[in-house]
Amino acid sequence: MKNDLILRVIAKLLIPFILLFALYVQFHGDFGPGGGFQAGVILAAAVIFYALIYGLADARKVVPEPLVESMMAIGVLIYAGVGVAGLLLGGNYLDYFVLDPNPVRGQHRGIFWVEVGVATTVSGVMLKIFYMFADRGKVDEE
Amino acid sequence: MSMMAVSVLVIIRSRNLFGVIVLSGIYSFLMATVLVAMDAVDVAMTEAAVGAGISTVLLLGALYLCKSEEAHPPKKPFLPLLVSMSVGGMLVYGTLGLPEFSDPQAPIHVHVVPRYLNEMKQEVDVPNVVTAVLASYRGFDTLGETTVVFTAGAGVVALLRRRRKGRKP
Repeated sequence: MKNDLILRVIAKLLIPFILLFALYVQFHGDFGPGGGFQAGVILAAAVIFYALIYGLADARKVVPEPLVESMMAIGVLIYAGVGVAGLLLGGNYLDYFVLDPNPVRGQHRGIFWVEVGVATTVSGVMLKIFYMFADRGKVDEE
Repeated sequence: MSMMAVSVLVIIRSRNLFGVIVLSGIYSFLMATVLVAMDAVDVAMTEAAVGAGISTVLLLGALYLCKSEEAHPPKKPFLPLLVSMSVGGMLVYGTLGLPEFSDPQAPIHVHVVPRYLNEMKQEVDVPNVVTAVLASYRGFDTLGETTVVFTAGAGVVALLRRRRKGRKP
């Protein structure tokens, strides 16, 4: 598929919009449908799309594997870190009310960071699994 | 719904795994439509993205590694058929006892939901109730969920990476 002009051009047109939509789903999750999980999956789907059209090696250059692996862990750490931040500020674990002087704002802040954590982990795991599977085929071929 | 039933029947009958994968993607999209019709937009979005998108790609990747025709089983699988039929029968019997769909007096609608819906405006003030419940009221559950996703990814990494290292020398 690497030399198909139509696919390459269409992919180039579509991928920015997919990424933008992922961000929209992420940050608009408070108001409409969506949230961290869906945004993470869409983000991963955009990169997988890129890898399908332009080849795995190019995708690895854009999103290198060490980054993907650390994303998996960083997401969980962000989530757990929000809980610890609540503890340090004198509340319970995962208590968002203490994150800001205004409790409602604190809730917003907590939800925002939690969703960021979920999105990071989910997209990292999806991409890593895809890389692993796609790589297996190549190893068998050689 | 009937299209879903048709696609399941074709999936069972078909022996071409490529067709089966494409059909299961179609099934996921139909499922997402049903979920939209039931006003569960968040779940529908996840189903469309994960079920139809990512898992189809992953299954195609797996198909690349093996033959695309399903092998014939050595003997007729009557015992598994019996087990799955009886489990399915029990599940259907269980759903008969459930309250009707969108019944306002159903137990789930009178337990904590009124509190979520009424006090969320003052407590969290996020227009999407699903997000509020998911990230705030049920924060611990979602933390567990994220950890499960992480563990699954770590498991795949552990399994597949060792294999590759063992093959090289």
